[in-house]
Order: sequence, then C-alpha cells, then structure tokens
Amino acid sequence: MSDIVRPARRPLADRLPVVRDLRRAVGLQRGMLIAGLVITAVFLLTALLAPLLAPYGFDQLRADGEAFGAQRPPSAEHLLGTTVGGYDVLSRVLWGAQTAVLVIVVAIVLSIIAGVLLGLVSGYLGGWLDRILVVVCDAIYAFPSLLLAIVMSIVISGGQSSLWGGLLAAAISITVVFIPQYFRVVRSEVVRVKSEAFVESARVLGAPSGRIMLRSVLPNATRTLPLIVTLNASEAILTLAGLGFLGFGIEPTAAAEWGYDLNKALSDVTSGIWWTSLFPGLAIVLAVLGITLVGESLNDLADPRLRGRRRAGVSSGAVAETSIAPAAAASTASGEDDHR
Amino acid sequence: MTDLPEPSGAAIAAPGGATPTAPSTRGGGGGLGRYIVVRALLIVPTVFILVTVVFFAMRATGDPITAALGGRLTPAQLQERIEAAGYDRPLLVQYIEYLGRVLTGDFGSTISDNRPVTEVLLTYGGATLELAFYALIVAFLVGIPLGLLAAARRDRPADAALRLFAILCYATPVFFAGLLLKLVFAVWLDLLPVAGRASTSTELQLAFLPDATGIYLIDAIRTGSSEAIADVLQHAVLPSIALGLLTAGVFLRLVRTNVIGTLAMDYVDAARSRGVSESRLVRTHAWRPALIPIITVIGLQIALLLGGAVLTETTFEWRGLGFQLAEYLQARDFVAVQGIVALLAVIVALTNFVVDVVAALIDPRVRY
Amino acid sequence: MTDIVLRIDSLGVSFATDGGDVKAVDGVSLEVARGEVLAIVGESGSGKTVTARSILGLLPETATASGVVMLSSRDGSSEHDVVALRGGDLRAVRGRDAAMVFQEPSTALNPVFTVGWQIVEGLRAHGMPRRAARRRAIEILDAVGIPDPHERVDHYPHQFSGGQKQRIVIAMALVLEPGLIVADEPTTALDVTVQAEILDLLRRCRDDFGAGIVLITHNMGVVADLADRVAVMYQGRVIEQADVRTLFSAPQTEYTRALLDAVPYVGHGRSAAAARASSRAAEWASGEAVVEASGLEVTYPGRLGRSGFRAVRGVDLRIRPGEVLGLVGESGSGKSTIGRAIAGLTRVTGGSLQVLGHELNGVREREFRAVRSRIGFVFQDPASSFDPRRTIAEAVAEPFLIHGRAEHPGDARAQVDELLEAVQLPRAYGDRFPFELSGGQRQRASLARAIALRPELLIADEPTSALDVSVQARVLELFAELQRELGFACLFISHDLAVVDLVADRIAVLHRGELVEEGTGAEVLGEPREAYTQRLLASLPVPDPVAQATRRETLRALRAAER
Repeated sequence: MSDIVRPARRPLADRLPVVRDLRRAVGLQRGMLIAGLVITAVFLLTALLAPLLAPYGFDQLRADGEAFGAQRPPSAEHLLGTTVGGYDVLSRVLWGAQTAVLVIVVAIVLSIIAGVLLGLVSGYLGGWLDRILVVVCDAIYAFPSLLLAIVMSIVISGGQSSLWGGLLAAAISITVVFIPQYFRVVRSEVVRVKSEAFVESARVLGAPSGRIMLRSVLPNATRTLPLIVTLNASEAILTLAGLGFLGFGIEPTAAAEWGYDLNKALSDVTSGIWWTSLFPGLAIVLAVLGITLVGESLNDLADPRLRGRRRAGVSSGAVAETSIAPAAAASTASGEDDHR
Repeated sequence: MTDLPEPSGAAIAAPGGATPTAPSTRGGGGGLGRYIVVRALLIVPTVFILVTVVFFAMRATGDPITAALGGRLTPAQLQERIEAAGYDRPLLVQYIEYLGRVLTGDFGSTISDNRPVTEVLLTYGGATLELAFYALIVAFLVGIPLGLLAAARRDRPADAALRLFAILCYATPVFFAGLLLKLVFAVWLDLLPVAGRASTSTELQLAFLPDATGIYLIDAIRTGSSEAIADVLQHAVLPSIALGLLTAGVFLRLVRTNVIGTLAMDYVDAARSRGVSESRLVRTHAWRPALIPIITVIGLQIALLLGGAVLTETTFEWRGLGFQLAEYLQARDFVAVQGIVALLAVIVALTNFVVDVVAALIDPRVRY
Repeated sequence: MTDIVLRIDSLGVSFATDGGDVKAVDGVSLEVARGEVLAIVGESGSGKTVTARSILGLLPETATASGVVMLSSRDGSSEHDVVALRGGDLRAVRGRDAAMVFQEPSTALNPVFTVGWQIVEGLRAHGMPRRAARRRAIEILDAVGIPDPHERVDHYPHQFSGGQKQRIVIAMALVLEPGLIVADEPTTALDVTVQAEILDLLRRCRDDFGAGIVLITHNMGVVADLADRVAVMYQGRVIEQADVRTLFSAPQTEYTRALLDAVPYVGHGRSAAAARASSRAAEWASGEAVVEASGLEVTYPGRLGRSGFRAVRGVDLRIRPGEVLGLVGESGSGKSTIGRAIAGLTRVTGGSLQVLGHELNGVREREFRAVRSRIGFVFQDPASSFDPRRTIAEAVAEPFLIHGRAEHPGDARAQVDELLEAVQLPRAYGDRFPFELSGGQRQRASLARAIALRPELLIADEPTSALDVSVQARVLELFAELQRELGFACLFISHDLAVVDLVADRIAVLHRGELVEEGTGAEVLGEPREAYTQRLLASLPVPDPVAQATRRETLRALRAAER
C-alpha cells in the first residue's frame, strides 16, 4: 500500500526490544507476550531465590539426623514427596531452576559470540571460507541436536560430572549445537544488509571492510537475535533435560537437574508413583512454555505478516500524512464482520 | 524498471525486447535432473563432515578400549588390546583407515558385546524406523490440518487454542510426555501396555518367523495372526503419540506461519478478485506455495525426530537403535556410539536429499 | 438499463495503525460509464490505490470503509453495493461485475499453478463446467495475444516474460466479461516498450470488449495515452475531475497545474545542454577523460558450473571533465552494472575501464581506496541509502571521517551544515534519523553526502525513479544547479528518457548490455538513427493527449515496418 504514515520521533521505550514489542502488541498477542513474560519472570526469580525458597538442600538426604526415606508420597514435611534416591522433590525442583538458568546463560553467551562472529565474517567476506562454513554448519544443523550434544558432552567431560564441570560440559555441548543456528541467521542477515544501499555507500566512500562490518553491518544484522535467544533458551532447557535423562547430566550431589530426576523416576511410574516424575516434568514444561511464549510473540511482532491487526473505526482518523488522530473510534468497529 | 544487477537467472528472464519471446519452454526435464544430481552430490560432503566430526570428537577423550574397559582390565591387558585394535597408531592413520572401512560399509565392532556395528544397526534399525514412521503419521495427521485451521481462523479463539496446544507440544520433553501417558493410560486406566514393542508371546512368535524384517507390524501381518497384529499396534500407540505430538507441534506452527505468509501474497488477492472462495484460497492458493518451505523444514524435523526417538525408546523400552545407543552410552562403548551416530548421519543426509527433491518437484520453478 | 457501471458515493476508508487510525480516503465520489476509461491520478499517499481496491472489496482487515460503491452487472440488470456485501454475495460480484489487474504481474500469478488452471479456477468459481472453462481459457489467452494458447495454457507463470504475464493477468480479468476492469498501475513494473503494448491491449479491452476501466496511475503519459476522463486525487480526496483534453489543456486547481508542470518532456533539456556546450573551450573535447571504457565487459558468475550472465558486453564510452553523460536503457540492459563497475562495486571482467587515470580491470581494493574520495555515488532507493541507526549529520560526515579529514562526526559539523544548506535542507535536519525524512529529503541528503569531498565524478543511479513526479522535478533542478556550481563530471543512469534529456550533455542508449547509440540529446532523441532508439522513443507516452494520439500512430507504423 502506498499510504505511509511517518510517526514523530520515537520515545526511548519504543526502541528497547521487548518493551517496544509489549507496547505494540494487541489483543491475543499481547496476552501471549504477557503470560510468557510472567512465567519467565517466575522461573528466573525461582532460580535466583532457590536457596531461600527450597526447604532443603538439593543433595540433602536427612534432616535432624533422620533420613527422609525413599519414594514417600507428598506430606507436610515433604510437600511434593521424596524421590527414589531419598531427596526432597520440592527442593530438587526449585534448585533445578538455578541449574537450568546457569546452563542457558553460559550456552547462549558462548554461542552468540561464536555464531555472530563467524556469521558476520563469513557473510560479509563471502568466498571460499564462506562456502566451507556454510556446508559445515548446514551439516551440523541437519544432525539430531541431542545426539550432537551427547557426543560433545562425552568429549568435554568423558561423561563424568562435577558441579562446574557438569554445568560447563552441558552448556558447551549445547553451545556447539547452537552455533550453526546463530551462524545461519546472522549470516543471512549480513548478506541482506550487505546489499543495502547504505553499506554500498560506505564501500563507495572507501571505508575499510572492518569498519563497515562493525559500524554498518553488525548493528543492523542483529534485529532477530532477541528472538533466537528466547527460542534457543527453551531448546537449551530441553537439551539439558534430554542429556540428564540419558545419564549425561550432572550428578545429584553436584546440582539438581530435572532431566536426571525424571530418568530416576522412570521405574516409579510403572508402580504408580507419580510425584517423582510429575513435578520435575511440569517444571520443564512451564519454563519452556514461558520462554517460548515470549519468543513466539516477538517473532510475530517482528514479522509484519504475522502481526496482530485490529480494525479502524468507521471513517475515523485524520487524512494528513503526518498528523495522526487518536484511536478513539477503534473499538466501535469490533462488531462488524470480516472484510475478507 | 529497476536495473539492479541480478545474478544470472533473474536478469535473463527479463528480456527487454518489444516483442517478448518465450523465455524457455517447460523447465522440467533438464533442470530437475540437473538439480537432483547436484543435490545428490551434496550428500557426500555432509556425511563426510559429520563422520569426521564424530570420529575426532569421540577420540579426543582417548582410545575407546580404556574408556569401556578401563576399570576392569589390568594396564597390561588394556595395552595388549589397544595394540591389537591398532588404537596406538597416529590418529590420522586411524582416521584414514576408518574412512576407508566406512566406505565399504564396515563401521567396526562394539567393545562391550563384540558385535559388528552393522549387525546392531540391522537388528535394531527396523524398530526405530517403525517408531519414526508411526510418529510421522501422528505428526502429519495432527499438525497439518490443525495448522491450516489455525491459519484460516487467524487471531480468533480457535487459533489461540491451537497455538497454545502447539507450544505445549514442543515445550513438553518427549520423555515426560511418555511418562505421563504411561502413568495415565497404562498404569491408572490399564488400557495399554506399559512398555516394550510386543508382549512376550508375540515376540517369540515373531522371532521364529523366517527372514523377519524387524519391523514388527510387517512381521505380525505375515504371521496372519490378528492377535499378534493387535498386540503390536497396542504397544505402538503410546510411544507414537509421545514422539508424534512433539513433531506435530512443530508442524502445526510451521503450517500456520507459512500459510499466513502466502495468504498475504498478491496472487491470493488476485484469486480473491476473481471470486474464489476463502476456504479454497487457504486450501489451494496459499497451501501449495507454502508447502515448499514446509517440506524443506520437515526434512530438518526428521533429525529432531531421530533425536526424540532416542529418548522415546528409552522411556518405553522400545528396543531400537536409540534404546541401544543409550545402553552403549551407559557402557561407555564409544565404537558402538560412533557407528550408530555415523549411520544416523547417513540417514539424515539421505532423508534431506529426498525431501529437497520432493520440494523441487512441487515447485515448478525448479532451479538451483 | 443504465450506462453507469460504477458509482462511488462519498467513500471513506480508515486504517488502524500503530499510531492510531489514519484516513486514507475521504468522501470520494466517482462514476464510470460503460466503455469509458477513468484515470485516477495522484502521488503516493493520495488514496488512489485504496479507492481502487475498495471497488472489489479487497481492503485489508485493518481497514474500515463507509459510503457506497455501487457496481452494475454487465447487462445492467442488477446493482450491488460492494461496501455492504459479505461472503458469497461479494464473491459472486468479484470477477463477474468487476475484475482487477494488478501492478506486479510476477506476484499476481501463483507460481505453482499453470496459468490455465488459474483462469479456469475463476470460471469455475462462477459455476462454469470444467471443459467449457478450459475452452474459454484458451480463447481468452488467444484474445490477449499469447501465441500458441493451446500449448501455453498448461505453462507455469515463470515460463512467460513480464509483458506476457501482464497479458495473462488481463486475460483473467477479461475472461468473465465484466462491465468494469480496475487496473492498478498496470504498466509501472514494465519497461516502456512493453508498456506501450499493454496500453494497446487495455484500449482493446475498452473498444472490443466494451468494458469500463478504472486506471490507477501516477504516470501522466499513460493518462494521456489511455484515459477518457481523469480524476485527480490529493490527500484522500478527489480535487478535480475533467475529460482528459480539458484537464491537460486547462487544469482548474493549483495542484493539478503543478503536477502537470513537474512532468519532464523529452526535448526540454536541449537548450540548457546547448548552452553548456557552447561555453566550453574548443580543446576541452580532446582533454583527458574522467572515465574511459573500451570493450568493457562485466559477467556475473553463474552458480555451480553454470555459465555466467554477461551483463555488459563490450561497451565503449567516455566521460570528460564536467560533462553529464546520461545512460538510458530498459531493465536488464546493464546500465546499473556499468555505474557500479565505475564505482568499483562490481568487478570488471574484460576490456578496459579507466577511472580518474586508474585501470579498474584487475584493480585491488586497497589501491583504489584513495581514488574513492574523488568519486561520489547517489543510490536509487532513498529508503535504504542511509544507515537507519545514524543521524543524517553523522551519515553526511562519514566521507570526512573515512578519508581522515575529521576525527569525530562533530568536527565536521560545520561542513555538514554547509552541505545540507547546499542541498536546501534545513540545518536542523542533520539531527534527524533517516526515517524521519521524506523520500525527496533523503535523496537530497544523499546528494549532500555524495558531493561532500567535492568529487570530480558523480555516479547517480536512478536517483529520482523512486520519487513522486513533483519531488523528482525539484531534485533534478537541485542536481543541475549543483553540477553547474561544482562542475563535476557525472554518469546519470535512468530508464526515463525525458529525465535524462533534462540533465545530460550526451546520452548513451544501452540494450542488452550493448551500447546502441550515443550522442547529444538533440542527436539521440531528436533524430535517432538506430531502430531500437526509435522504438524506445516512440513507446514513451507524452503527457499530452493530442500529441500522444499522433505518436501512437507513429509507433504503430514503426512496428508495422519492423515486421
């Protein structure tokens, strides 16, 4: 459509990611985004306050000299029961949030740095280096990420796991899986931005490649990063849990990890013991759900085709190109049928 | 009217002459054949890269014999076995030798139970194939119609519910979904078996079948026993749903996004201006072009499915490659792990090849 | 039975946007009679496209329409108000009573279905049996001039050229013989020679099929060629309506007069060029050239063993100091490629290209970098030629920073202010971000950046083709002024003969990568020697209905002679 509306200068709140998106969202998308943000906030707070919230330590087997006992159903002392190993389920679930957040943060920071760097250089310079990197990353990208993570965790820790060793091993394994994703996204953005006139204009002016890459290309090629970060965060949780479930996670004495607990709960299910698997599982689902809701909302808002739309009121609004009337009449149109 | 320097194809297709000549007749035969050949050649580097990465990654921690048998044998015995297997030679030599053997289809022998990896693959491959196949059916049946529905009902309550369903599908780890399904349908309601691929009697029956395929449904049909068929199917229900729903969520989202994208194209408006109905716009005009990216991504989902199969098989004790892989991982038998992973790489590369060719068949503009 | 096929009465359309509701169309009333072409003209944002789309009820969901859009069926037996119609009733009207021709034929056809399938689908939606529909599809393809329709009915859109695709889009509109065809910028995406053919075809829609046509366009030449009546839209309203001759000869409103004055005519630049030529010294022509190409070749590499695409095939040209060379050609002619090659953006693959005394065939970027301060470049797209994250002043200061004439954007602010003034932008605009400027303002800023280091050579690649005609006129004026003052040599690339004629000393015509003809404006446009140039010139519709009618005959004779 040829009718372009040119807004006045944007306030700061409109330029920050997420905050800007929250202001732009309408209806269902706004609901999704808010729900996602709330769940994610709860998840992060739990991770931060786990030491205060959890009634026991993650590796605590006894209180006041008395063992908790294994597979106890939920009770006053153990609100969510105890595991087959005799740990308090509630405490393990709460501490597990901390482990998950740590792994996500390390994995994403590492993969962003590596992926963005490779994508930027590869996309901007092109040539044979670019071709090789694309083929390698495509090959790795096509491979089942969980299997790759397993291979990497064997490499890094030989499958053994201390606290930081296990955390790092898991995080780095996930990093290797993610690098091709960031690489692909950043590279395609760089290739797009590279052909924009303002980058060519810098080239015509004689700016050195390094300067163009850092000053013109990079800042304009990162707009999809917040989106991938959220989507990857949820994938990181799932991969971590998958590793734990297969026995490549972190020992119960080193940290609480939901996937490991689920693995131990596998045999409980057959005998009808539900509390050992239900709660760590729900924790994973909620954490992933929250982050995914945020990510998908950001995705929709970034894509004009997917943006939620509302209808204008009958003959409302001003005509002039630059002046914009308030959306006072917008709500009156909702009763009308669809125009399609 | 613009005159940007387009690389090859596009510029040729816009002749500036006054009497436009037809740019090319049917691009079918030659273009497609060429595309298939070029795409087939790309399998080689993909497999090569993955096999290489896996080889060096697995070896970075040392030789497989120490890893598997480290605590159980004396250092002298270990050394003897390492030398016998040739693991004391330079890594590069071993790598080249390994590549040569892989080329002839020899993936080595497992250390823990000393079986050729190829035999392990043949024995358990069928089970994984079967599970993946069922899961794909579930994913297609659930994901695609619901995705179309969500796109057609965009931004309305039905769309919201479907999207939440999709997100829940892939927010739930397959093993947790599996555990829940087991708990509800197998333990509490006692409707379906808890685990395994068949009950013991059926397993025995199938084991004695001459040249069994390892794909239980086919074998059961060949026995002609309706009980065996029902038994096999009953065992397949829960694992297929657990694994299928995960992929269904991805498909749902994929179909919705792509169909909404193509619904915004000019040609949809053009068809609308000819009086074509809304439902038909979604089903044909938006669906067919959307199918091209969807199929490409589905190829990538096969990888996700295989990763998920490892977890699903462990959850349901479904004795397939994934289950076996988990066992070998526990045993630290890295030769077996390496073999299985390398084979999966080949499968993934082949699947992606087939998927890309199918996508090209749907797209009349086949061009590479 | 009435002869009015479309009656629009006080139509209003509002859109919901992030910034609140915006009214795109405000109280528009129009009528179109059977067999009449009504042109709706206006610049971007005038609401002409929205008006056109509301005739078929094709507004997006964010829009709300009010008023009446009354469509008569072809035989005049029934009338429907499209604004009030919903669902099946609306579908029944679409295609049967009114049909649409879209701007971009390559996106208006679904790439994965054959053209026949797409035509048949529309017929079947209106209840025609499959076989009859296919027969009808072949008939209509034949009628719009697609050769071998029996065979080509089963071809996919990508197997047709741009002009043929637009013919097919028109065929789809015609196939149910609607009383009204809405054509939204039907020739804007096409080259001028193809445009002439499509305009002929649309004329036949009116004369042979008796359809009324609503023609949406910004091109006054197209209006003069095809329209019977004209409605001028400005800011969502129709400000003037008249028959085409009256409008061009005696425009009533100030806006229409200004709009018509802004349209460049071929031949208007001749006196200025002659004046410049006579002021030059005699030995000037033999002096050293700023750009000298001989046998210049540029081939874009093909992918994976495919042969590359030869965009430029052995071109010889010279630009002398202070001279403006206009380079014209249709899409794919290689004109932009030559500009990019001279600026060192595209690699020269054959022949020789000397720019400011440096050979560019085989040059290394590092050696060429110092020369770059002597070259300026203005890009086509004002929307993307500035980094959206930096202010105009920072962007204009960039040349000073890169070539070490300033340490910090602030140091160059005085020069930047001077430059902005030179391109007639208020100083305060330096603190704005690119998106806060209009297209024309951005193109001025782009000029400011290009002339910052007082270059000896400026390359302007379609600098005005994305602008509205009135804005274009002002930018071209500014360009001529700056050129006079600073005396830079210039390669001015455009697809528009009239624009090139306005600014150029000499004109070079490119066709499929080869130089067809070169000379002064008077030579090339006054008495073209080559058949291609003649056809190109004759295809360009002039914004004067009387003159255009004669030119149409000339073109017809030219085409007949070629056959």
